[in-house]
Amino acid sequence: MEELVNIFIKAVFIENMVFAYFLGMCSYLAISKTVETSVGMGGAVVFVLAITVPLNFLLETFVLQEGALSWLGENFKDVDLSFLSFIMFIAVIASMVQLVEMIIEKFSPALYGSLGLFLPLIAVNCAILGSSLFMQERAYANITEATVFGLGSGSGFFLAIVGLAAIREKIRYSNVPGPLRGLGITYIITGLMGIAFMSFMGIKL
Amino acid sequence: MSKESLFSKKNRKLLTDPLDDNNPITVQVLGICSALAITVQLEPAVVMALSVFFVLSVANVIVSLLRNLIPSRIRIIVQLVVIATLVILVDEVLKAFVYDVSKELSVFVGLIITNCIIMGRLEAFALGNTPGKAFLDGLGNAFGYGFILIVVAFFRELLGSGTLFGTQVIPLEWYIENGGFYANNGMMILPPMALITVGVLIWIQRMRNRKLIESN
Repeated sequence: MEELVNIFIKAVFIENMVFAYFLGMCSYLAISKTVETSVGMGGAVVFVLAITVPLNFLLETFVLQEGALSWLGENFKDVDLSFLSFIMFIAVIASMVQLVEMIIEKFSPALYGSLGLFLPLIAVNCAILGSSLFMQERAYANITEATVFGLGSGSGFFLAIVGLAAIREKIRYSNVPGPLRGLGITYIITGLMGIAFMSFMGIKL
Repeated sequence: MSKESLFSKKNRKLLTDPLDDNNPITVQVLGICSALAITVQLEPAVVMALSVFFVLSVANVIVSLLRNLIPSRIRIIVQLVVIATLVILVDEVLKAFVYDVSKELSVFVGLIITNCIIMGRLEAFALGNTPGKAFLDGLGNAFGYGFILIVVAFFRELLGSGTLFGTQVIPLEWYIENGGFYANNGMMILPPMALITVGVLIWIQRMRNRKLIESN
């Protein structure tokens, strides 16, 4: 149990997808104008990550890893399909995203309208593929750990995007130099938030 | 039916718009992750720009040719397969002809799959336009992307390591350890400074091009 809590805290704060690895930037910057849409986007990312990371974990353990196919019989003992992991992971992610898109379109047309172009872009959100690749690299012991890791990195993204959206809502009342308004100041805020989050990096759990 | 020439005014606009008015990084907010990850030095930035140039223009043409055949429900998967195939192609070509560079860059080449600039242009442009136009759109966006990438990498490498393309440009006798006055700015190598550099670039661009200024 303690191990699981550690993985979660680590994924949310110390190894935050956005601030420590700068993954998932495109949707992070473009969908953070208001807190409301950013909550929608963050929620979608948490959901997609919580599903795709365990799915890819199963894929990795039972299909892709060296010797993973040994359950098929003696002849498959030496098969190493790990070179396929990019394509397999992205296929799983893309199909899950398409599913989420259909569900949101059906049940919440307003949210669908405001997420617009960026819903399909979750598929190429590097945070999603990145999490699966980190999961592969860190070799989590079982599916529970992988799921907790997926949830944790999703929550980290959620925290980052909602935090940025809140700052952007406030900064609307400040006198930002004209050419820097909107996107420019957002980049700089993110950079400063990143520097702040770097202080978590030394913590060992 | 009048046939539009390849370099009519409208088509030229497709090519030049992404360089400034509709730049993928500074205006459309696409392809940021790679812009941050690989701009510590100039060389990977240039190779990345060239690879994206190839993948984006070819993927745009292919998806545009297939646009009437792809059911909209599964278009993301089809697009990703096209992109992944092209990226593997780039990877193999680099391995075959410039093995040293490819060894250095293997991770970055894989990153093109998740570069949202490609997906974004396929989704926003190639799905609704003819192959010729899609090709020009791909060229223009790749140029706009590569331009920003190279400018950011130029400043980060120059200020962070004092080198350009790996060659020392700041005289060694200037450094403090050699009795001079200069020290490299270690901050420039860290990812947050890439964001701030792009932020400053946007500032400069919008000072020149005031119609891009956002209302708040």
